[in-house]
Amino acid sequence: MTRRRINVRMPAIGGQGAVSAAHIMATAADHAGYYAVSNPFYGAEKRMAPSESYVRIGIEPIYDRGEVVYPDVIMVFHAQVITMGKSYTMPFYSGIKKNGLIIINAEEDLLTEEDKAYLEERNVKIFNFSATKFAKEYAGTELATNMAMLGAFFGITQIVGMDSIEEGIKARFLKKFVASGGTASLDSAIERKFKKKLELIEKNIATARAAYEFANQWAKEQGIEPWLPKPETALQQA
Amino acid sequence: MSQQVKTEKVRYNRMGQKIVSPDYLLFEAPRTKHFITGSEAVKEAAKRASVDASISYPITPQSEAAHMLGELWREGYIGVYFRGESEFGVMSEIAGCAMAGARTITTTSGPGTLRAMELFPMWAGSRLPIQLVLMARGINSPLSIQPDNLEMYFLLDTGCMVWHAETAQELFDMIIAGFVVAEQPDVHVPVITAIDGFFISHTREAVYLPPDDIALPPYDPYKAPMPPIDMEMPPGRFMRDPFVMKSNYISYATHASWQFEVRAAIERAKPYAKHYLRGLVEHFGDPEGEVLFIASGTAAAQAKEATQILIHEEGVKARVLRIKTIRPFPTEEVREAVKGAKYVFVPEFNVIGWLEREVKRALYGHTDIPIFGTPRVGGGMTMPPEYIVQEVLKIIGKEVKHVG
Repeated sequence: MTRRRINVRMPAIGGQGAVSAAHIMATAADHAGYYAVSNPFYGAEKRMAPSESYVRIGIEPIYDRGEVVYPDVIMVFHAQVITMGKSYTMPFYSGIKKNGLIIINAEEDLLTEEDKAYLEERNVKIFNFSATKFAKEYAGTELATNMAMLGAFFGITQIVGMDSIEEGIKARFLKKFVASGGTASLDSAIERKFKKKLELIEKNIATARAAYEFANQWAKEQGIEPWLPKPETALQQA
Repeated sequence: MSQQVKTEKVRYNRMGQKIVSPDYLLFEAPRTKHFITGSEAVKEAAKRASVDASISYPITPQSEAAHMLGELWREGYIGVYFRGESEFGVMSEIAGCAMAGARTITTTSGPGTLRAMELFPMWAGSRLPIQLVLMARGINSPLSIQPDNLEMYFLLDTGCMVWHAETAQELFDMIIAGFVVAEQPDVHVPVITAIDGFFISHTREAVYLPPDDIALPPYDPYKAPMPPIDMEMPPGRFMRDPFVMKSNYISYATHASWQFEVRAAIERAKPYAKHYLRGLVEHFGDPEGEVLFIASGTAAAQAKEATQILIHEEGVKARVLRIKTIRPFPTEEVREAVKGAKYVFVPEFNVIGWLEREVKRALYGHTDIPIFGTPRVGGGMTMPPEYIVQEVLKIIGKEVKHVG
């Protein structure tokens, strides 16, 4: 099936970096010549409370704004999205499109038989893996969970390669970036933890790469083709 | 023997940016791509606009833009910047700056707009070409920070121009054009450049920017219908000799004629806005579309997506007339656009449908086709294109093939 657009919804828990993941995902796609837009859900987001981000990637201009109500891909950043209903939509897969994809960061299978039957009927593929484990192993902190999720997304959908992902990560952490006071203080906390910014970037890239390769392997076993056609060179404006 | 030598006079603003014409800055200068938010686009526009003064007060979702205008001041691009004590304070103080002859920009949202409401007609009546970047958010109560644009309705008849941008890119261009149009001597009224809160302010997308070492010519406050305040040269732009003190028919006539004049000034902005915004409206979709959406801001963006679904997946000819300026209102363009349409839909991000009222007023007596003020989303939730398609198909009596 040929798609011209992918709409991604990222239900997460405040503090996990779903906003940064969306930002990097869109930047990477933009770098590769696609049209891309990212935006967070804004409200009373806080640590451990529900938080959601969205990305739209396509080969044509994107006008659509706001929450993604009918996603092609759902990326569940935390088990509590499912187990405790920490999601803006119930069930968390509400609105998922036919032939869609769900990436879940969990060690165990959290879906009920009812969930599975519904998703199977819609031919939705489910990739269940522990992104947090990848973060701990490759970055030494679970704060890099978002990088593993990002890597897994591109590993499966095969829209861009690691080169663009690296560009996205560098653009996010090397340039002066203002999202909100909260994000700025989180950044400084991460920086202290890693001591050096470059080291932080390296570890983030390593985490994303490991998850990318792992998920890409799975996608090949599943016979999943790249989700979007390559952007035309005409679209690759400098 | 004297010899004439031609020299090109190059001018620089206080920051050392080269002064270029508005046309060069907006249309001719080479542009590079930046992946930024709408808030950052505000900063980039103000950076290239030789702004004299900015005053801010924080309120979601405009706080980030206000904060970044402060950064511009620190970097030297804005002459004066401080935080006011409230939105009422900000809009009063920015009026003071404009009365003294400064090019000014400020930002606010939702409850902040309403708190400052008394000042907007005062700006217009005093002929102050202030620019307010409005990041629309819901009006209390219940409390909301989401992008419901009901507040724009309250601003339509304040005597300010009201423009509505669709993207971060358009917001950037509109802010620059806003100064140029608002400061025309035969216009010289405030301009409110509005966007739908988070949909633009916090969304990151590609924005093409001209170099940052060029900027608009500085504002010349003496090319104006009312001179700036100057203690040695009265009168200035302040309320003098209040008519309310005189119980006679002259006071009625003066007040009424000035109210008409302010509105006439907005109408006189049309040719300038047409030039600097490349039209007061944008046409999108199938030129022969029988389904016509008339919309502005993010509602127009959602209608464009719906139009593509209608054309490519439902086999329905559809198009969008996107309105860029609500004041001045593009009445002629709207009347022209309905020719050939069978249905008009006006999707909006507010519960009362202020654009539907504007459209119906423009079309009264000019068309027989039905005008539907739908879909209407309140509370600032998104308006999924799939939902617009369902609504349209239901109303025009066609089967829904795609959505689901």
